[in-house]
Amino acid sequence: MDYSFSPLGDQAIVIEVGQEISEEAQNQVRTVSQLLESRPPHWLVEIIPAFTTVAVFYNSLSAGYETVEAELKELLQQTEEVAASEARTVEIPVCYGGEFGPDLAFVAEHNGLAPEEVIRIHTSGTYSVHMIGFAPGFPFIGGMSEKIAAPRRDSPRLRIPERTVGIAGKQTGIYPIETPGGWQLIGRTPMRLFQPENTVPSLLRAGDKIVFKKITESEYHAWKEEDDAENY
Amino acid sequence: MLKIIKSGLQTTVQDLGRYGFQKYGVIASGAMDPYAHRLANLLVGNEENAATLEITLVGPVIEFERDIFIALCGGDLSPKIDGKKVDTWRPLAVKGGSRLSFGAPISGCRCYLAVSGGISVPEVMNSRSTYLRAEIGGFHGRALKADDLVEANPTPAWQLAAFEKASSKETDWKVPAPHYSVEPVVRMMKGRQYDLFDEESQENIFADFFFVSSNSDRMGYRLEGTPLSLEEPAELISEAVAFGSIQVPADGNPIVLLADRQTTGGYPKIGQVASVDLPLVSQLKPGDRLRFEEITLEESQRLWAEQEQKIRQLRISIQLKWEEWK
Repeated sequence: MDYSFSPLGDQAIVIEVGQEISEEAQNQVRTVSQLLESRPPHWLVEIIPAFTTVAVFYNSLSAGYETVEAELKELLQQTEEVAASEARTVEIPVCYGGEFGPDLAFVAEHNGLAPEEVIRIHTSGTYSVHMIGFAPGFPFIGGMSEKIAAPRRDSPRLRIPERTVGIAGKQTGIYPIETPGGWQLIGRTPMRLFQPENTVPSLLRAGDKIVFKKITESEYHAWKEEDDAENY
Repeated sequence: MLKIIKSGLQTTVQDLGRYGFQKYGVIASGAMDPYAHRLANLLVGNEENAATLEITLVGPVIEFERDIFIALCGGDLSPKIDGKKVDTWRPLAVKGGSRLSFGAPISGCRCYLAVSGGISVPEVMNSRSTYLRAEIGGFHGRALKADDLVEANPTPAWQLAAFEKASSKETDWKVPAPHYSVEPVVRMMKGRQYDLFDEESQENIFADFFFVSSNSDRMGYRLEGTPLSLEEPAELISEAVAFGSIQVPADGNPIVLLADRQTTGGYPKIGQVASVDLPLVSQLKPGDRLRFEEITLEESQRLWAEQEQKIRQLRISIQLKWEEWK
């Protein structure tokens, strides 16, 4: 693999694995992340994986930039040993339309489709989580069919409830916490994406695969009750 | 126990931040001026990471329910105990029933109140810092309001024993306070996308004064100056940002990302504030201005190590002072 290194201020270094968003870059980001987490150097503070980069935050009092870069280069020689690990697939149940997805009709109309067709396309793809960012547990998801792409709303909503599934441009996403936003809302999942009480507070991780599954409103409520009971 | 009589503009519980969870999109938070936070804790005999109250511009009114040592470090917001002006950057023995209040800001805009034992709130993801947007951490995930009762951990016995002596004797020492200018020179390293900016912008970032706009908060400071522009439009792929990253959105006005920054960003980063100079930025108020000066990565790391050495020495001097009170 080819990497380039550059400083992000005086406490972090960025490992760049490619110049374009791709499946390959994503696999490399996952591999580098796993390697750093399974064999953490003594100066490591934390990492932030993104589409084509892994930012490595270090304690500059324990090791200066040159040392960190040299040790990372050495560590990255070992990527082949960990590259075997497979991506997880997480199924996200979604109750589409109605009160949960007020913009489903708009997305359908915009693409000249029936709402049912939008749901069929949304649930038939396999998606990858490129990065968690923007909000706690918020996945940047790649892989949505352009047939259901839709522009953002002209004026953003002030409140989008947590767990809402939406579409913006060629992307689909899920809001883990209540936030303002301009996405077209197509449904809601009963799953909690942000779980601050857990050691791993995010349901999804960079590198995961996801599939969406259509559920009914009563299934949604049953699932959510169970999920909430487990977590509180 | 601290009883909040008035909330002030924005008073939140902070420590040195929530690290290890940014990969899950969980922001770091923590004190905007980590140096002042650390010193305030050391002055009252706490660990540097103990939770303090971050007080912003317009201070709260707080009643202490029992005898306690406190320290106020950071900006000078004219603190008073029972109406009498008190000094910052030193330990203060405060009698139970006393009220802490603030007046006009003299310098800076953020002051850290450390209490002996530390502010007691539950840890969330290894940190006591308030994460306002996710409503977690700190005091019920929010800024303090009137009538809140905030717990302090017990004052250690060795300090209580010193209380009479310390309160009867006017303490005549303090640790040196940094100079919080209203137009500081802030050292910055060139950012990862510095080369994407046009030649003029590459020069202007180091030549111009930039004003702090009113649209500035714990997440970031929006600066206003001659707009900066890229040599040619570029679609960047989002990547991690850090405390002090200077990113430039399409309008050309730089934003310095601070304690409550998002974990990642898609705007080009023209620079990165040297860690030692972050407090100079965090203490600026809207309307203040700053100028950037280039620093190399090596120099920046050297200054950071030097400051660490200085803090270690201060820690020892503070311990010796406490010995005198025993």
